[in-house]
Amino acid sequence: MTMPVIELRGVSRRYDDGPPALHEASLTVRRGEAVAILGPSGSGKSTLLNLIAGLDRPDTGTVTVDGVRVDQLGEAGSALYRRSRIGMVFQFFNLLDDLTVIDNVVLPARLAGMARGEAGRRAVELLELLAIDRHARAYPGRLSGGERQRVAVARALMNRPALLLADEPTGALDTAAGQDVSRLLTDLNAEGQTIVVVTHDLALARSCTNRTVRIADGRITDDTRSRGVAPEAVR
Amino acid sequence: MSALGKVVRSGVGRRRVQTLVIGLATMMAVAASVLGGSLLVVSGAPFDDAFAEQHGAHLSVQFDAGRVGAGQLEKSKGSEGVSAAAGPFRTATVTPRSDGRANPGWPMTVVGRGDPGRDVDEVALLDGRWPTRSGEIALSANSSVIPAMGMKLAFPDLPGDPTLTVVGVARSVTRTADAWVLPSQMRALTAPGRGGYQMLYRFADAGTATLITAGAKAVTQSLPPRAAVGEQSWLTVKKSAEQDTAVYVPFLLAFGALGLVMSVLIVGNVVATAVGTGTRRIGILKAAGFTPAQVVRAYVGQALIPAAAGTALGVLAGHLLAVPVLAETEEVYGTSSLGIAPWVDLTVIAGVLGLVAATAWGSALRAGRLRTVDALAVGRNSSAGRGRWAARLAGRLPLPRPVALGLARPFARPARALAMGTAVLFGTVAVTFTVGMGASLGQVMKAKAHDAADVVVPAPMPDLGPQGPGPGPGPGPGPDPGPAPEKQPKADPAAVAAAIKSAAGTGKYYSAATVRTSVSGLTGTTDVTAFTGDASWGGYTMVSGRWIDKTGEAVVPTPFLAATGTRVGDTVTLNGLAEPVTVRIVGEVLDPRNDGMQVFTDASTLKAAHPDLTETSHHIAVTSRTEVAAYVDALNKDLTPLGATARAGGLDAGGDMVGTLNALSGILTLMLVAVAALGVLNGVLLDTRERVRELGVHKALGMTPGQTIAMVLTSVVVTGLAAGAMGVPLGVALHGLVLPAMGDSVGLRLPESAIAVYHGAELLPLALGGLLIATLGALLPAGWAARARTATALRTE
Repeated sequence: MTMPVIELRGVSRRYDDGPPALHEASLTVRRGEAVAILGPSGSGKSTLLNLIAGLDRPDTGTVTVDGVRVDQLGEAGSALYRRSRIGMVFQFFNLLDDLTVIDNVVLPARLAGMARGEAGRRAVELLELLAIDRHARAYPGRLSGGERQRVAVARALMNRPALLLADEPTGALDTAAGQDVSRLLTDLNAEGQTIVVVTHDLALARSCTNRTVRIADGRITDDTRSRGVAPEAVR
Repeated sequence: MSALGKVVRSGVGRRRVQTLVIGLATMMAVAASVLGGSLLVVSGAPFDDAFAEQHGAHLSVQFDAGRVGAGQLEKSKGSEGVSAAAGPFRTATVTPRSDGRANPGWPMTVVGRGDPGRDVDEVALLDGRWPTRSGEIALSANSSVIPAMGMKLAFPDLPGDPTLTVVGVARSVTRTADAWVLPSQMRALTAPGRGGYQMLYRFADAGTATLITAGAKAVTQSLPPRAAVGEQSWLTVKKSAEQDTAVYVPFLLAFGALGLVMSVLIVGNVVATAVGTGTRRIGILKAAGFTPAQVVRAYVGQALIPAAAGTALGVLAGHLLAVPVLAETEEVYGTSSLGIAPWVDLTVIAGVLGLVAATAWGSALRAGRLRTVDALAVGRNSSAGRGRWAARLAGRLPLPRPVALGLARPFARPARALAMGTAVLFGTVAVTFTVGMGASLGQVMKAKAHDAADVVVPAPMPDLGPQGPGPGPGPGPGPDPGPAPEKQPKADPAAVAAAIKSAAGTGKYYSAATVRTSVSGLTGTTDVTAFTGDASWGGYTMVSGRWIDKTGEAVVPTPFLAATGTRVGDTVTLNGLAEPVTVRIVGEVLDPRNDGMQVFTDASTLKAAHPDLTETSHHIAVTSRTEVAAYVDALNKDLTPLGATARAGGLDAGGDMVGTLNALSGILTLMLVAVAALGVLNGVLLDTRERVRELGVHKALGMTPGQTIAMVLTSVVVTGLAAGAMGVPLGVALHGLVLPAMGDSVGLRLPESAIAVYHGAELLPLALGGLLIATLGALLPAGWAARARTATALRTE
C-alpha cells in the first residue's frame, strides 16, 4: 500500500451564517492516484480543493498533505507549502497576461528561489514535454484555450509537486481542447503524478481519473475506484 | 431619496479611501487659500482705507530753512503733476524730557501746524484736541514718547527752557511728524541757525516709485540746489505699515498654489480612476436606465460631497491658522480688530468647489460617453499589453522576482503612475521648500541676533520715565538680554572694559553703545550703534559693501537705504546729538530690528557729538581652550562690584514671526505630505484591487505575504524616486523665488547665505523623501494585498 498524500479527517467549513459548505468530510488519497471530485455547483467541491491547497482553513478537522498539517499553517507557511508541495491548474488558466509563456512557467520556481538558469532549463523541459515550447516567448493572450491550459499545467509542475490540483480544468475549453487536456492529465498520472481534479464534467472524470468522489450539500456521498492506481510517482 | 441620490450615496460609501483623499486634498487647498487670501486683504486694507480717508501725502519733503524761503516753497505747489499740497510748515528736531525726569528722551520731529489739515495729510485726532495756544503740543501715536494727556515735556537744551503740555494724541497716516504745535510755538522750539520747512504733496499719479521720484523732481526743480534735505514717499510708509503681514503673503501664496494644483490633480485623478475602475458599474447604471447626464452627475456628486466636507473643515482650519498671524497684525494697527472677511471665505468656497466640480465633470464625461455594451463587457477581455518591455527588462535584473514584478508595474499603468508621481512630486516640493525656508529663517535670525560672541555683558537698562520704554528695541545690540533686571547703578564702561581685558581667557572683544538720533527727512528715531574695537566678527552679515573701517564710516540695513533714498557710498546726517554728524555709508548689513532703521558706526565717529556713551554692552570671544561657564563665573567676580553682569552668549530664540512662519509651514507641509501619501494610497489601492486576481495567482503559486508586500511596495519605488528627483530642484527653485520675495516684502535684501541654504549632502535625503512619501502611501494597500484571501481573489473576475 502506498503512502497517503492527502488525509482529511472530519473536516467542516462554514461561511458566515450559511449552511456548512463542507461537513465532517474525511478522505484519503494515496500517491499515484487520480481522483475526480464530482458534484453540482455549490456542493462544496471547490471548498474541499481550497482546503487541500491551503487557500482556506477548516473550522474543524485536520488536513494533512504529504505529511504537512495544512490546517495549522499561517499565511507564510501556506505559501511555502503551496510552492513546494502542490501545483494548481484553474478553470480560467490564471496566467499572468503581462508575462511571456516561459516567464509564467518559471514564476513558481523563481518565487521559491531557484536560480534563473536552472528554472529556465526546467521550464523548457516542461514546455517541450507538453508540446508548447514553440510558444515560449509568446504572451498568453495569443494562445488558444487548450494551449493556455497546457501552459498552466507546465507552471503547476514546475516545482515537482507531490500533488497536482485542477479546478474545472476543461470548464473554459471547447470539446477538442478539453479532450487534449484530459489526455495530458491521464499521461501525467500514468507517469505517477498524483492528481485531484474538481469537475462537474463526468466525461473528464471517467477519462483521466481512477477514482471518483461525489459531494452533495457539503457531504461526501460516494467514493468509487474505477481502475487501477498508477505506479509510484516519478517526480 | 432619488435613484441618483442613492447611487451617489452608495458610491461615496463604497469608496471610502477616495472620499477621504478628496476631502483632505480640498481641506488643504481651502485652508491655505483662506489664510493667504485673508492676509492679502488684511495687509493692505487698514493702510489704504486710512490713506484715502485722511488724504495722505504722497510725498513729504524736508527743506533746509537756511537755503530756501517759505515763498519759494509756496510756489512749488503749482508744479506739474501736483494735485494738492500743504505747507510750508516749520519743523525742528528736539529732544524732550518728560515730567522733569533727569534723563533725556529721544529726539523727535516737531511740525508747526495751525490745524489738523484737510486736503493733504488730515491728521486724525485719537484723543484730546489740537493745540490752540502756545505751550501746547499734540503727540503722534507713533512717537517714541508714550503719550499721556496733561504730561509735561521740557526742552532744557533750548533757549528759555520751554515746557509744553500734551493736549492731544493724533496719527498721520504717512507719519509726517512725531508731534505738532501751533506755528507760533515753533520759534521757541528752534535752536538758532537750525530748523527747516516741511512740504506735503499729493500727485495726480503716484502709484509707483518712479512716479513719486518724478514728482519729487518736479517740485524741487525751481528751488535752490540742496534745499531739499530729505523726503519720504507714501509707498515707503505703506510698505512699513504692511510688512508684518506682507511677509506671509508670498509664502502662503506658494503653499496655496501648491495646495490648489494638488487638489485639482488629485480630485481629477480620483474621479478618473473611479470612472476607470467603475466601468462595469456604469454599464449597469446605464442598462438600468440612467441617462449619460445622470451618470456624469452621479460621479460629480461623488466628488462634491467629500469636497464640500473638506471645504468646511478647510475654512475652519484656515480661520484657526489665521489667529496668530492676525493677532500680530492687530498689534501693528493698535485697536483695530482684524478678522477674516466673509467674502474671502465665500470666494474660496465657491472657487474651490467650482474647481472640484469642473475637474470631476471633465473626468466623469468619459463615464457618460461610455457605450453600455462596452461597459458591461469590461473584465472579459484582457487589458494587458502596456509595459511588457519593462517586465522583461526587470525580469533580467538580478533581483528577487517579487521586486522585479513590482518595479515593472508603473509601466503597465503609466497614467496612474504619473498621477501618483505628481502627488509625490508636490509633496517633495513642499518638504524641500519648508526645509529650505527653515534654514533661511535660521540664517536670518542668526544674522539678526549678532550672537557670535561667547560672552555678553549687557548694557544697563535706560531710564525711560515712569511708563517704561517706548516701542523701540532693546537697550543695545546682541541677543535679547531677557527680562529686565532690577535697576542697578550704571557701570563705568571703561572699568568694565578694563576688567574684561585683564580677564584670563579673553580672546577678541568689542563694546557697543546705542544712541538715538533722527535723520533728515525721516520722522521717528534711528538707532545708532557705536562700536569700540573690531565688531566685524560679531555676527553682522553683509548684504553688500564692506564693514566699517575708519571714523566717519557707517553700515546700515536695507530699509534704512530705502527710506532715505540712499545707496552705499552716499552720506547721511544724524541729528539730535550735540552736533549733526555726517557719515558715509560703506556697507549694507542684514538687520531687521527697529524696522531696519539703524546705523552702525565706530565710536570715534560720535566722539564729538556724543562723548558720553554709557549704555554700553560688551561682547567677548573667549580663547579656544577657555570654558565659557567658568570664564563667566570668573569675570562676574570682577564685574559685580562695578554694577555689571556677564552671561554666556547664545542664539536668540527668534521672533514671533519666525516661530509662526515655521509652525505654519510645518503644518501646511504635513498636510501636503499627507495628501500626497493619500494620493499614492488611492492609486496603489486601485491598482491592488484591479490586480486582485493576479495577486491570487501569485499567492496560489507560493508567494508569501512578505513577498506580496515587497511587490506592492516596489511598485511605487520608481515613481517615488523619479518624483523625488524632480521635486527637489523644483522645491529649491520655489524657495529661490519665494524667499527673496518675502525679504522684499519687509524691505530686506537677503544675503546669499540666507538664500543658498541647500547643500549636496542635504539634497539626497530630500530626494529620497519622495520615495518615503510613496512608500508610506503604499504601506496600507500592501498590507491589504498580503492579507487578501487567495481563494476569494482567485474567484474575482
